[in-house]
Amino acid sequence: MSNATNDARAQILGGIRRSLRRGDLPGEARRVVETRLAEPPRGPSVARGQLPQTDKVALFCQWAETLNATVARVGPAEVPGEVSAYLARNNLPATVAMAPSPLLEGYDWASQRMLAIRRGRGEGSDQVSVTGAFAGIAETGTVVMASGPDHPVSLNLLPDTHVVVLRESDIVGGYEDVWVRLRSRYGKNLMPRTVNTITGPSRTGDIEQTIELGAHGPRRMHILVVRD
Amino acid sequence: MESTAHAFKANVDHALADPNLQDSLAKLKVGFSERRRQAAERLPEFEALRDRARDIKNHTLAHLDFYLEEFERKVVGLGGHVHWAPTAADARRIIAELCQSVNARTVAKSKSMVAEEIALNEHLEALGIAPIETDLGEYIIQLRNEPPSHIIAPAVHLTKDQVADTFLEHHAKLGFDKRLTERNDLVAEARYVLRQKFLDADVGLTGANFLVAETGSSMLVTNEGNADLSNTLPRMHIVLASIEKVIPTLEDAAVLLRVLARSATGQESSAYTTLNTGPKRPGDLDGPDQYHVVLLDNGRSSVLGTEMQDILRCIRCGACMNHCPVYGAVGGHAYGWVYPGPMGAVLTPQLVGVEEASNLPNASTFCGRCESVCPVRIPLPKLMRHWREREFEKHLTPKAVRQGLAMWSFVARRPALYRRLTAIANRALALFGRADGRYGSLPLASGWTRFRDFPAPQAGGTFHARWAKRKA
Repeated sequence: MSNATNDARAQILGGIRRSLRRGDLPGEARRVVETRLAEPPRGPSVARGQLPQTDKVALFCQWAETLNATVARVGPAEVPGEVSAYLARNNLPATVAMAPSPLLEGYDWASQRMLAIRRGRGEGSDQVSVTGAFAGIAETGTVVMASGPDHPVSLNLLPDTHVVVLRESDIVGGYEDVWVRLRSRYGKNLMPRTVNTITGPSRTGDIEQTIELGAHGPRRMHILVVRD
Repeated sequence: MESTAHAFKANVDHALADPNLQDSLAKLKVGFSERRRQAAERLPEFEALRDRARDIKNHTLAHLDFYLEEFERKVVGLGGHVHWAPTAADARRIIAELCQSVNARTVAKSKSMVAEEIALNEHLEALGIAPIETDLGEYIIQLRNEPPSHIIAPAVHLTKDQVADTFLEHHAKLGFDKRLTERNDLVAEARYVLRQKFLDADVGLTGANFLVAETGSSMLVTNEGNADLSNTLPRMHIVLASIEKVIPTLEDAAVLLRVLARSATGQESSAYTTLNTGPKRPGDLDGPDQYHVVLLDNGRSSVLGTEMQDILRCIRCGACMNHCPVYGAVGGHAYGWVYPGPMGAVLTPQLVGVEEASNLPNASTFCGRCESVCPVRIPLPKLMRHWREREFEKHLTPKAVRQGLAMWSFVARRPALYRRLTAIANRALALFGRADGRYGSLPLASGWTRFRDFPAPQAGGTFHARWAKRKA
């Protein structure tokens, strides 16, 4: 750290402490905030998402559709076929960029002879991507994407159409339940480089406050909710 | 950006006479505010969440040094860098040096009001680095060389036809020489033009809605996905955020997110809420090689511990301006700087000086709608009143107003004289104005009667006289 950086840092932190009329946070007060950080208190519970699992799944689907995604509820064996059928229904090319994830490799893609699959990150020319989801949030119909070697972020953003494969058992009530899952998967206080929580297709209201879909990210989002 | 807050009154005259602006503002009154009301009604816990959001921000501000240090520790631990910028000039220099370190020619920017605050674009352009605004609203106003007029909808002052003209003017050279008339065609054209710029950009610069101390993550809330492209495709990601954006934990973020989108646009959730933590990891197929966070103070630390501290709770949702009758009449440009509306009327004098911006806290009827919708319950009218007091203490109030107030206070402290004078005035005004019930012009009151009639007193005497009669 250079001297200039150190000086600027000391200047800002010193200014804050002067304004708060104290020095560095003293022992007991420090312990209180350290505890708050280590054991984060939850805010008011939102009743809407606190449901039995089957109702959570239904609520997820309802909100996702309300917020302009489309949803198909399928069994595990139907996943590849539904992807092909969706592309055909929407006159989209049978070519997809797919996340190289173990979750997706568990499905029988070889059954779709007409479907061309490229595994890797998203490219500017991609029309359709297929990715898994880390979780789904019932409260708002939101899908949660955790980046990593098995899930490049660009697949969530660059293609016109984003097909998401989400297992019913990965649908939770609210954000707080996602944080619990992230901590248990990546370790406490640790996160993957990028967590995208995505609710429906990209949109903008910047021209006359009227919503148009497909501003920069996908124009369409199709979610396959897969029975366990 | 250069402030024209001192010219507020002239700006207002201009705004009131602009038919395109008045058309756009008419839509604002029924758009955002009605959608916010419906979204709040759909969530029974909304008011409890607002209380909690206020408490989270208050707790954070009381321990701001601790949480900033925690945030820094986490970012550095993951291979990111934190830069401390006491002033706007420091932040500009740091960002320019970072861009130059990778020989950047273009910077893909997602909407950042803090970047507007430090006038970053002008600085980068002067160094030969091209900033490209990628939020659709910001892109439109960058083409038009205008400042934003709203903190979440920067081009809300423009009509579709104005956007169509702007695109034709700037995109014709790219082969788009047909004037578009449909909104979705305008959006598609901007998407096409900007897509290549994303792919070519050397640096992605974003703001942050929140910085999470627990994990060292920067959190961004958008609808278009432009911020996500900005922080994924280029090899360097710079986050520019002011110090009060830090919050303790992800649980706190969950509370704030629930009130932010609903207060801003009436959405249940924005389309994209993204957490970025450090640079790309080993094995990642995309993401930036470098991750930098620039923490800007620019006077905020000196607001802590003062009567103005509550403004640091602001999460920049824009609800106060969406519900403000003054903003609704004159739009954002009239305020003359980055932050318009009630939150701007409180923050701008702090950041550019009360001498420059004393008109802004006076441009309020204190109707209280801003406070009633603020997701973190900032007492905006009270804070504007503090600025009026400071303005008076600093002798910035115009001479005529000071003399008028001095005369009024002389009379008001002598009740007998006050009653006699008001009784005479009341009788005179009633006598000459009773026929019409109002005055179209009145000596010494032209500032009022220029725009509206002055009501003639009703029969029955002054308030004092009528009160005395009622009690008798």
